Amino acid sequence: MSMRLRLWVLAAGVLGTATLFVLACAELPGFGGTWHPYGDRAVHAALARHTANTIASVNFDQRALDTLGEESILFGSVLGTLVLLRQTRDERRLPPEPARVAPPVRRYALIALPVTLLIGLYVVAHGQLSPGGGFQGGVVVATSLHLLYIAIDYRALERIRPVGLYEVADAAGEAGYLLIGAAALLTGAAFLTNFLPYGTFNTLSSGGTVPLLNAAIGVEVAAGIVVLLARFLDQAVEIVSGRDEAEDET
Amino acid sequence: MTVARMLPLIVATPLFGAAVLVGAGRRLPRAAAEVLGLLFAAGTAALALAASAALPSSTARPVEWVGGWRPHGGASVGIVLVGDRTGLGLATLVSLLVPAALAYAWRYFDEPPRRHAASFPALVLLFQAGMCGFALTGDLFNAFVFFELMGVVAYALTGYRVEEARAVQGGLVFGVVNSLGGYTTLLGIGLLYARTGELGLAQIGRALDARPGGPDALVIAAFVLVATGLLVKAAAVPFHFWLADAHAVAPTPVCMLLSGVMVELGVYGTARVYWTVFAGPGGIPAPDAHRALLALGALTAVLGAVMCWQQRHLKRLLAYSTVAHTGLFLIGLAVLTPEGIGGVALYVLAHAGVKAALFACVGVLLDRFGSVDEHELHGKGRELPWVAGMFGIGGLALAGLPPFGTALGKAVTEEAAGGWATALFVAVSAVTGGAVLRAGARVFLGLGSRPPGSPEETTGEGEEPETRRLLARIPDSMLLVPTVLLACALAVGLVPGLRTAVGGAADAFTDHAGYLAAVLDGRTTEPAPTPAPHWTTPGVVWGLLATVLAGVLALLAVQRPVRGEPVRWTVPLRRLHSGHVGDYVAWFLAGVTLLAALLV
Amino acid sequence: MSVLPYLCAGWLFLIGCYGLATSRNLIHAVGCLAVCQSATYVLLLAVGYRHGGTAPVFSDIAPGSRPVVDPVVQALTLTDIVIGATVTALLLSLVIQIAKRHRTVDPDELSELRG
Repeated sequence: MSMRLRLWVLAAGVLGTATLFVLACAELPGFGGTWHPYGDRAVHAALARHTANTIASVNFDQRALDTLGEESILFGSVLGTLVLLRQTRDERRLPPEPARVAPPVRRYALIALPVTLLIGLYVVAHGQLSPGGGFQGGVVVATSLHLLYIAIDYRALERIRPVGLYEVADAAGEAGYLLIGAAALLTGAAFLTNFLPYGTFNTLSSGGTVPLLNAAIGVEVAAGIVVLLARFLDQAVEIVSGRDEAEDET
Repeated sequence: MTVARMLPLIVATPLFGAAVLVGAGRRLPRAAAEVLGLLFAAGTAALALAASAALPSSTARPVEWVGGWRPHGGASVGIVLVGDRTGLGLATLVSLLVPAALAYAWRYFDEPPRRHAASFPALVLLFQAGMCGFALTGDLFNAFVFFELMGVVAYALTGYRVEEARAVQGGLVFGVVNSLGGYTTLLGIGLLYARTGELGLAQIGRALDARPGGPDALVIAAFVLVATGLLVKAAAVPFHFWLADAHAVAPTPVCMLLSGVMVELGVYGTARVYWTVFAGPGGIPAPDAHRALLALGALTAVLGAVMCWQQRHLKRLLAYSTVAHTGLFLIGLAVLTPEGIGGVALYVLAHAGVKAALFACVGVLLDRFGSVDEHELHGKGRELPWVAGMFGIGGLALAGLPPFGTALGKAVTEEAAGGWATALFVAVSAVTGGAVLRAGARVFLGLGSRPPGSPEETTGEGEEPETRRLLARIPDSMLLVPTVLLACALAVGLVPGLRTAVGGAADAFTDHAGYLAAVLDGRTTEPAPTPAPHWTTPGVVWGLLATVLAGVLALLAVQRPVRGEPVRWTVPLRRLHSGHVGDYVAWFLAGVTLLAALLV
Repeated sequence: MSVLPYLCAGWLFLIGCYGLATSRNLIHAVGCLAVCQSATYVLLLAVGYRHGGTAPVFSDIAPGSRPVVDPVVQALTLTDIVIGATVTALLLSLVIQIAKRHRTVDPDELSELRG
């Protein structure tokens, strides 16, 4: 299809879709209104279960099945990336070169690493109390490890990053969430029921299964992001096309 | 354990299987990984079958509130799974087809990623979980999550053979267009949430019904946006472009799942959302929904059939036949009666078996001869009489040969649609079935002559086999799976119990008020019963006519000398299918506009 | 202008689509898809906003002392963000392979799948 025709089709489509959306917006309740029935019920339910962070209660208790699906999407995407970015027959691996790092960068990264790691773990552990949780904290933990790449070089990162182990952790996080959900069945309740004592409001042990599910997600996300980035970094740093090399020589 | 309690396990079991496979994957030898994957897939199938068998009646709707968040006064904060006969039946169909695909793929790929022998079965299990979750959920946002789960895994599976230039391109186009569709659906969910303050299908439906009177722009926009994502999955014109690109390049076992069930889940989603959310007094008036679905369906059926006939790449040919059949399914939905839904349900069941079997046969050709090109394979299939037989029977079944289930589904659906739809059903089945028979006659019988190639189209020449090397002998598993699938498609037409069950399921499916009452108030109401779908004389006659027409078309096609160039009047049409993601996005927005225009 | 935040979501979606349709680079196209998705974040959060509302987290405010915004849409947006990030990662890995196999990331030059 020529660019010209495509632009005509696009123009018609954009015009129609925009008209539809604008007309719909005119019927929406005004921005900032007070009517939020589901939201009010969710706040009520979260407080009844001693979970200070309502969003954590929605994600890990009231709508825990959504989070299971979401976690599985991450799991599938890590697995998919693993498959798509594999080393193919016509490619080979080069050992990464040591790299020179400017001393201020090195100092900063080495100081930031433990701090970032600690913050990440804190965010995972306090998901039921304050903004954050397994997803956010997991990403921070995974990021902290990669500061080693910035501080020293890729070989240093590879030393603390046995990808196989992280893959197992990724799977363990996914399995852990499912097993906590299935454990509720043993008590005679429905799948993913919050079956543990709810604890004291606004303490680390409050919320019943919410902190456990948060931890399972934290493990999965941290490990999953490490594996995901490892695949991309391998492509950038280590994997080269065998054929290219041969062509260059001739 | 009650049926309701089993529903979440149908989703959780394959997810757990995937986690086990990935966790243990590095230590598992390949055979063990494949057996384990097959066991988890079959275990899920057993669960789904047990749940289906334990349903007290075909109109029952077991309801499970995940997390135990039962509603009070019709309001809940949780997510509900609904195991009515239709949802559970689809989950069963998915769960039966997945082990079949895995068995077909037994020792299949040449090079599993190093130390990751388990990744293919694990991805397929995730795919299964996504599809089962989508079929069972009674919550709109949760449906979006499972929609995305099956999407993400399907993109990765489509691009699985990364050394193939076409595979990665097809995977990307598939990913971009389907993700865009998913986000459109989410925009629609946002609009519905703003209007009703709810996310469950039943809750939204009830809230909309509280404001009867014609739909305003918001309700129309919400329906258009939500349906767009589902129709992208269902490959309705003009959202269908990704399908042929993805199906032509995906590994054969994946094609079996994509064409056999995933696309049909898009049709199911459209119907489910319409009947639960928009079928009440506050939703979309029936004449408008009828007009929109009928127009899209007819367009899809005709375009799919025309494009199907033009193909020489066998996987693309089958892909366009899926597009054509989706169009027929949409016409069946457009009738908006239990008869139409029942016909489509039977059609989908049998189509899954037939289409998966046909893809399996093409996979055998690919792995034996390294080609899926109708002309390059000319006469080579003579050495594979069993495959030839199955391919021919598959083509006849696709055309609607009684007593196959496809013929029954087609007959019931066309009778429900009535009028000119009958002619369209006969023509579309004859053309798609005829295209398969024509390809079969050339490849397996060596009829006709070989034409020169044309650079403007996707040929199937010079493809890499999906196995380690070209197969000298076809493994029994690759022959057994399509045979069983065809037998199942035949059984759909012959087993009377299935017809009664489908009839009841369709009554319950189209009972808007009954669904709301069962989910929100725990009240069981029996829908008004309609006669179960059954064979009729006109149905059999039209089926036979379509089959004969397909045969005649195929014979005429192979006897005529084939020209190198495509037929002139189809050239502009074929140019539209450019494989260019920008074109597809432009058509996507045009499709949103078209759907909205049809509804106003 | 109480509809402006909603219109902003629509604008983001359409401008993302425009970028996708006219893109000459697949990495840019995947970015445009992320723009389309950000429309869904804006719409959901706008729908859940309450005037004067604060975050629905009660570790430092007493329940009922202040209005809070709708927590459900916040949870949905979180789910949506994770989905978006993972889809982007997967699509980018497909782009890497396209760049290797086709030696281009310009969609105009990919001509393997036609008709």
